[in-house]
Amino acid sequence: MSSGAIPILQLVSTLLATIQIDLHDTVVDAFQNDVLEEIERTGANGLIIDISALETVDSYVARMLANTGKMAKLMGSETVIVGMRPAVAATLVRMGYFMEGIETALSLEEGLQLHANRSKDKPE
Amino acid sequence: MEEIRIEREADIVAVRQRVRELAKEYRFDQFEVAALTTAASELSRNVWVHAKRGVARISILHNGSKVGVELQFADSGPGIADLNRVLAGGFSTAKSLGLGLSGTKRLVDDFNIDTEPGRGTKVVVRKWKKDY
Repeated sequence: MSSGAIPILQLVSTLLATIQIDLHDTVVDAFQNDVLEEIERTGANGLIIDISALETVDSYVARMLANTGKMAKLMGSETVIVGMRPAVAATLVRMGYFMEGIETALSLEEGLQLHANRSKDKPE
Repeated sequence: MEEIRIEREADIVAVRQRVRELAKEYRFDQFEVAALTTAASELSRNVWVHAKRGVARISILHNGSKVGVELQFADSGPGIADLNRVLAGGFSTAKSLGLGLSGTKRLVDDFNIDTEPGRGTKVVVRKWKKDY
């Protein structure tokens, strides 16, 4: 059962989660579980997390997002984080956090394109 | 000076939002706003996770034509035994990246911490608005 605080939509074989609220830690925790359950339920092989509305991403949220991507990967789903604001990127790097191992794209369109290219390249 | 009590997890968000509003009101640029807001978030989470209760104090500073924000976080929690190691980074607890304090230090102009095991922790940070 999804906690529903962050809507997760399905676009063909990709899940799209758009974060539009200032995140409480408990919401981030619930979101991680929701996403993984949605991947299982839908069989989606791609996940896009749109953070373009987030003005602040602190170390806790950054780690939870990166870990969600790693967990999705273990399940066989590739994650792209899209729309990180310039000030968020600058702040995370200054703090010494580089979101290593996580794919990013400038916009939702580019994130969708990355997933589309990946499915095309994959031998059936 | 404004005071916000930290007694629930939601208070982390309250402190962060108030700092963001004030920084925008005083026309800090988006990078400075993000740095201040993130610092506020890291430091209030430290209070909540380690001490369960404490207080955040937010002040606007004026020095000639310069404007700054000062954030104070005080708690009577367990304190930090190995401060040097924590400030060097990479010292992670269940709820942190190990970057909370070391990362915050890199986001602000002044960083002061007073802590003793069993006596609590007080952190004061300041960030001045850049003149272009």
